[in-house]
Amino acid sequence: MTGGIYALLAAGFSLQYGVARVLNVSHGEFIMLGALSAYSLYVTLGINPLVSLVIVGPILFPIGFLINRLLFQRIRTLAGSREVFEGWSMLVSFGLLFIVQNIALLSWSADQKGYSFLAFPIKVIGTRIPANRLVALSLAVAIGVSLFLFLVRTRLGRAIRAAAQEETGAQLVGINIHWMHGLCFGFGTALAGLAGVLISTMFTVSPFIGLPYTIIAIIVVVLGGLGNIIGSLIGGLILGLISSIVLHIEPSLELVVLYVLFMLMLLFRPRGIFGK
Amino acid sequence: MEIIKVNKNTFFWLLLAIVIMVALALVPAYLPDFYVSLLSSIFRYTVLTVSWATFCGPTGYMSLASAAFLGAGMYVTALLGETIPLPVIVLLGGVAASLLALLAGLASLRIKGIFFAMFTLGLSEGLKDFINWWEMVKAGRQGRLVISASNETIFYTMLGILVMTLFTSFLIRRSKFGLALRAIGEEEEAADHLGINVNAVKLISFAVTSFWIGTTGAITVTQFSYVDTQVAFSVFYSFVPTVMALFGGIGSMLGWILGSVVFTILTELLLTPFPYFYMLIFGTVIISVFLFFPSGLVGLVTRWRKRERVRPDATV
Repeated sequence: MTGGIYALLAAGFSLQYGVARVLNVSHGEFIMLGALSAYSLYVTLGINPLVSLVIVGPILFPIGFLINRLLFQRIRTLAGSREVFEGWSMLVSFGLLFIVQNIALLSWSADQKGYSFLAFPIKVIGTRIPANRLVALSLAVAIGVSLFLFLVRTRLGRAIRAAAQEETGAQLVGINIHWMHGLCFGFGTALAGLAGVLISTMFTVSPFIGLPYTIIAIIVVVLGGLGNIIGSLIGGLILGLISSIVLHIEPSLELVVLYVLFMLMLLFRPRGIFGK
Repeated sequence: MEIIKVNKNTFFWLLLAIVIMVALALVPAYLPDFYVSLLSSIFRYTVLTVSWATFCGPTGYMSLASAAFLGAGMYVTALLGETIPLPVIVLLGGVAASLLALLAGLASLRIKGIFFAMFTLGLSEGLKDFINWWEMVKAGRQGRLVISASNETIFYTMLGILVMTLFTSFLIRRSKFGLALRAIGEEEEAADHLGINVNAVKLISFAVTSFWIGTTGAITVTQFSYVDTQVAFSVFYSFVPTVMALFGGIGSMLGWILGSVVFTILTELLLTPFPYFYMLIFGTVIISVFLFFPSGLVGLVTRWRKRERVRPDATV
């Protein structure tokens, strides 16, 4: 059930790592921002969360773009090599995590917040599922599929995949690599925001929800292959399935199983299930 | 046979170190309790940072498992509690951390770069959730009560651990071992061809440096009186040594110490009155270190001193 959401948040993370080479530890904070904004829009202005999707995404996109332009671009030139940049950018994004989280704490306070949206059950193939989960899942799948089509079918999508595969080569065929970094970072934060809005329709949210989602994103991305954007969409669905099964058998072991899976993947197949 | 050369400079530093240590040892007798616990915190973060940086600095392997080692030490104290004397517990905390480091190191020998960072992060978070599950389901509780020690006991134990950590780090950096670590950082394959037993060097130094983090955890927990997995394995402790070392300057031991001292004082002064603003500043400092002074405080000082030295020549 959560697979669709996992796929979405991992896809954003993967765009940022795959193209901009930023292992963005603050990814979950943008999920949190999306979720809390949707909550505020719903409670104060009565705006339907589905409408918030259209508001939050376009607001977070330029923010992500600017973060890349002002921060990571400069650090990229300062760091020199790719290995150094990956380490540095991860730490910088850790700093970003603290900044975003505490701005959220100052503006929203630390309480758990929730609202009820479409909270009635619907009968699907024999089982009763809350309507909001069904809507969130189908929207997540819809966004995932459109992202997939965008990456595979359009010229811009092809340019993004080229930049992920071989940076220098992409530049040689006339792709503006800095532009790609910014775009992908923006797409990443926007996707995180969308996932956050969907999450807020199902669960209570607070400024602290970010890091666990980031870690799930990392696990999914390692499962699907680091930097492989399409792999992480599928990886998200698989991980969602696994965690549903574990939740069914022994609920409190969910995260432990995910971590064990994660470490086994890193040890034996660091390229991911779909890696060469 | 090589004889250690004692020149004037090392003699001066040794003397300075001894004077500082004696002065520190006298603190609990003359200064109020606040300074005693502040200094204990400074020692704690310095041990974390120096231990982390001794292995991770030269090799470039970014370990985010400090929280796991610290937490392992804390849980040793929580489990053994009153059954055996405190000094033994503290040492056992170190042993637990070393064993954990050895296991983690053995498992992750093949992975490098960002994968190592993610693996170690997964290790400490996974261990946290595993122990949490064990405590909740098997033992039916959330946290554990811990024996408490007096401020002074904690202070002197931490001071001892700090001295041992600095000594260990100094020995590692001055020996062939330190050179081997640096060679691994430069080019692991080349180091292997030079006849360095790469795996053994990595494993041993990882385990040895983690030992002192474990002992720190074992003694630190006695001031909390209660411990649960959220406290013991907080992800904050995994990132803090990295940040402090970079803040001070990753290249030298002076930088590590300077970074931890300055940063701990900031933490202790700001964290309680303004928790959110402190964390905001914490984040901003991390980012500005990378943007404006990647060589840390030590780098800033050297740059400033160079300018001072150049200026008179320039006016001539």
